This record gives sequence, structure tokens and C-alpha cells, in this order.
Amino acid sequence: MDEKNKNDNHKVVIELQDVKRNFVVGDETVHALRGVSFKIYEGEFVTIMGKSGSGKSTLLNQLGCLDTPSSGEYLLDGVSVRTMKKPERAILRNRKIGFVFQSYNLLAKTTSIENVELPLMYRSNVSAKERHDHAVGALKAVGLGDRLYHKSNQMSGGQMQRVAIARALVNNPAVILADEATGNLDTRTSFEILVLFQKLHAEGRTIIFVTHNADIAHYASRTITLRDGKVCSDVQNDNILSAAEALATIPQNTDE
Amino acid sequence: MNVTNLFKIAFRAIAANKLRSFLTMLGIIIGVASVITMLAIGQGSKKSIQSQIAEMGSNMIMIQPGADMRGGVRQDASSMETLKLTDYQSIKDNCKYISAISPTVNSSGQFIYGNNNTPSSIYGVIPDYLTIRQLSVEDGEMFTDADIKSSAKVCILGKTVVDNLFPNGEEPVGKMVRFNSIPFRVIGVLKSKGYNSMGMDQDDLVLAPYTTIMKRILAITYIQGINCSAITEDMTDNATEEITSILRQNHKLKDATDTSSADDDDFTIRSQEELATMMNSTTDLMTILLACIAGISLLVGGIGIMNIMYVSVTERTKEIGLRMSVGARGVDILSQFLIEAILLSVTGGIIGVLLGVGASYAVNILAKWPILIQPWSVLLSFIVCTATGVFFGWYPAKKAAQLDPIEAIRYE
Repeated sequence: MDEKNKNDNHKVVIELQDVKRNFVVGDETVHALRGVSFKIYEGEFVTIMGKSGSGKSTLLNQLGCLDTPSSGEYLLDGVSVRTMKKPERAILRNRKIGFVFQSYNLLAKTTSIENVELPLMYRSNVSAKERHDHAVGALKAVGLGDRLYHKSNQMSGGQMQRVAIARALVNNPAVILADEATGNLDTRTSFEILVLFQKLHAEGRTIIFVTHNADIAHYASRTITLRDGKVCSDVQNDNILSAAEALATIPQNTDE
Repeated sequence: MNVTNLFKIAFRAIAANKLRSFLTMLGIIIGVASVITMLAIGQGSKKSIQSQIAEMGSNMIMIQPGADMRGGVRQDASSMETLKLTDYQSIKDNCKYISAISPTVNSSGQFIYGNNNTPSSIYGVIPDYLTIRQLSVEDGEMFTDADIKSSAKVCILGKTVVDNLFPNGEEPVGKMVRFNSIPFRVIGVLKSKGYNSMGMDQDDLVLAPYTTIMKRILAITYIQGINCSAITEDMTDNATEEITSILRQNHKLKDATDTSSADDDDFTIRSQEELATMMNSTTDLMTILLACIAGISLLVGGIGIMNIMYVSVTERTKEIGLRMSVGARGVDILSQFLIEAILLSVTGGIIGVLLGVGASYAVNILAKWPILIQPWSVLLSFIVCTATGVFFGWYPAKKAAQLDPIEAIRYE
């Protein structure tokens, strides 16, 4: 079977072993994650689905090293995250993870290139020239080679999200974590962004796309569904739809 | 994380919000500018008062013979005949701390010209006396050493004497006036100095060579006093000490020994130092007062920085969350906010220094107030404002660094 081969040939990027996360709210303990285990291999495009309250966000925080498990083990690129201190996790995020947020989170009144350079600013071993070159490369990769010096308030939502994706790419991360990355965009622009994600997937990047929009699962290679803090289904998608084809069927926006 | 990048990050953050940055700086700008201006005005008036005192002769030292006791009755002050020209000569030759010295003898009497007359005092001096008393000759000229040698009957009139003797505006220079019965030729008129702070008319005097007064009017061999100027006001004490020891030696006064106490001084030395000290303490007080007011405005400026930085941390929560999610550690965020505060306060400080110096000159030109900008006051206010920036930037920076990235990134 295909899956089997893939798993043998590709290395594990993310491995969760019975991850639990509890929050103490007042007298009660809320079990947001009740033992989640899965592996994600290099080059996969995984959507994580679930209704609100299913533990999606908590899981994303775990995957993004923003938070640590109450118990269980999380290995990112073979490194155990659970015992890491805050500054160590910050460095790990800087090296291994690219975030894409629903509301873009670009720095206000700042040019695209400066926004994209941001992760590299927090590394001391990257020279100003390398930083600039990497940022230009990332912006070209998302199709914004001609928008290097546009400020964030001079761009459309789709362009801003592209800048955000370029920012996620610039440090050449082990995994790209997208949190409802199309949530703020209209249908057509959403598909444009999905086309971009599929292109990145085709280039061999590992993408985790957290969403509650079931349609997106059709364009990913694998879907993990959460319910009540547990994985309720984990399916490979053998029939990946092309976002580019879908985009072609959507009429051009007339108001843009 | 290297420092260059931190500065670049902080600089970009400042540049991205120019209005907010400017408002933050405004407090510091006003604070520093007012410190510098206030100090410049304070120091300026101090200096101006000092020079006024100096004009009165703050460094003037007056030596007079002591009061004598005759048969148990204390005589007039300065009644002793102990001061000689040799004392004057040895002080002149030996004292390092004086810049000008003149013997003085004087006599009072009636001055007569035509049918006008006026009572006044005639002072027998040498030309150095003009320097000591800060006098100057307006019309004509001062008498010379030759006049002193020949005991010439020449005199310089003060303005009050001129007004009384020449009420019709005649030219006094070249005229003959009589002092009691002795004729003097007027060779000059002193520039008017008006009344001094004690209400004494400083123009009611006549100057003549001391030899003339000693030989032709008083017929004495001693002198009635010695006036001299210390090189600077600060050296008055040193000069006084030195003169005392010279005179005690000249007069063969015994120092204290095991068996007997020291002889009393047979002279008195007076200086204007007390007046100068009082005036200085007054202006010092004023400077301190001004500095306090300015210091408070600097403090308010600092609190302004804290206030805006603090609000800015809340306003920029999402930005901080983003920075943390792309790999900024707490210490990076702390450094960024601290550097922002320092950059703002230093820039504000520089603008404040320029504005303060400009305002000082404006005050000088427009209001004609004396000013004095001292480097230490500029340096002080600059250092204080930077320290204020760090001090008041620290708390908001700390708060920013402690934000939880999960909450910060989703903050709306």
C-alpha cells in the first residue's frame, strides 16, 4: 500500500504519544486533550478538524510549542518538547515552525519584506544580506515578488495572508502550522491560498492545517478529526482534489 | 540574538508609529529643555550678580590702622599712626594674591570755584586706586607718577562735585578749584557710578596724588590706609592672611609663645567677602529652586514615557504574541521595549538639549535676561533623561516580556 511505503521512506516530523493537557479553572479540571497520539511524516498535508471545544486549539498550541503537555510526550523533529523551558521553545519555534494565522498578524505599517524578515531578526547567525535574500525568495515563492515594499495596510486580505505564509516559509521550517488560514477570506481568495498550500505540499513541505471547514480536507493528503479531546478519526485522502481546478470554476470577483 | 538586530527591531517599531513615538518623546523634550533653560537663567543671574558685586569691588581689601588707647581712653577708629609707606611698599612687593594696591590718605573740607562751593572729601591715592574701586576717568586724564613725585596740585573730580561747582555746565577740566585755601588744577572728571546699595553717593569724592595730600594738606608722614584688590574674589582670604603676616612682621608684633600671649594686631583688614557670600547663597538658592521645578517636569516626562509605553504594551499585545510565536524569547521582547524607551528618551533628550539651548538664547535676546549655559547642566539633564527612560521603560517592558504567547496572539 502507498501509505506503508510513504511511512517507511519519510522521516517522522511530529510524534505525539498519549498527550494530555489539563487546565484548572476554579475548582474544576478541564481535560482539553485526553490522550492524543499520532505521527506526522515529512511531506504530509494534514488537516486537523473538529468542532469548537474539541481540543483543536489546545492541540495547535501543543504542536506549535506554545504550550507543553500535562503528560505524554511530544517529539518535534526528534526533539522532546515537554521538558523544555520557555526560551528554549522560543528558539525551537524560530527554527522548526512557521505559523500562519487566521487574522494574518502582520506588523502594522510595516513593509512586506520587513514582516517576512521578522523570524530571521531573532537569529544572530543570519547576516542582513542573507536575511534580505531569504525574505525576497520567500515572497517570490508566494507570488508577491512585485510587492516587496508594500506596507501591510496597502494590501488586500489575500495578499496579507501570502505575506504571512512567506513569513512562515522564510526560516525553512520543519512544519508549517496554519490556524484557520482561510477563515477571514472570501471563497475565491481562500482557493488561491489553498492553491498556494498545495504548491508548497508538492514541493515537499509538511503542512498542518487546523480548520473547522470540512471542504478543505478534500485538498489535503490526510485528515485527523478530534472530538472531546481525542482523535476520533484519522484518514488518508487517496483522492486529493486540485484547488487550482476548483478555483477555475469560481467566477472572477467583480468588485475587486 | 544580536544587539544590532534588537536595535533594528526597536527602530522599526518606533518608525512604524511616528505619532505615538513623538508624543512619548514630548514629555522628555520639554523636561530636558526646561532643565537646561532654567539652569541657564539661574546660572546667568548668578554670574550677573557676581559681576555686579565685582564692580562694587568684591575683591577689595581695606587695611586701616587700629584704634589707639591713650590713658585708658579708646580713641577714634584708625587713630593710630602705625601704617607707613614702607608697609605699603612691602605688601606691594611681597603679596602674591593682590593685583592692585594703593595707599590712601584723605581730608574733608570745602571745595570752592567762583561763587560756588561744596563740601567733599579729597583722597590721596595712586592711579591704581581707579582699578581697585572700579572707577574710570571720563573727561581729561588721571594724574601720573610724575605728579606723585612732584606732589603736584592736580585733582580729579567726582560727578557730584562737578555738578555742585559747575552748575551751568561749564567744562571743569583745566579750571582751578580751591580746597580750603589750596588751589588745585582739575585735570579730569570721574565717570558717574551713582549710589551704591547702601545709599552712599559714590560720585561725591575728589582724587589727588597721595604725596600732595600728605605734604601740602595734612603734613603727616604716615598713611591712613591701604586699599588693594585680591586677584580674584576667592583669593581674598589668602591675601588677607598674607597681608596680616607681612604687617605683623613689619610692626614687630610678637607671636604667641609659651609664656605670653600674642600681641594684638595694630591694624584692621576688611573685605567685601561677606557681601559676596550672601549674594552667592541667594542666587544658589534660586538656581536650586529652578532646578527643582525643571526636575519635576523631567519626572513628569518620565512618567509620560512609562504611561505611553504601558498603554502601548496593551495596544501591541498581538504584535508581542506574534513576535513570540516566530521565536522571540521573553528577553528579546524585554530588550526591544527597553531599547525603544531608551531610543525615545535619548532622541527626546537630544531634541530637548537643542530646544533648551535655543530657548535660553531666545530668553537672552528677547527678554535681555543674562544666561549662562554650563556643559555640566546639559550633561546632567541628558543623563537624567536617559536614566528616566530606562527606569520608566523597565516596568512596561517587563510586563510585555511576561505575556503568554497563546493569549497574546489571539488578543483582540
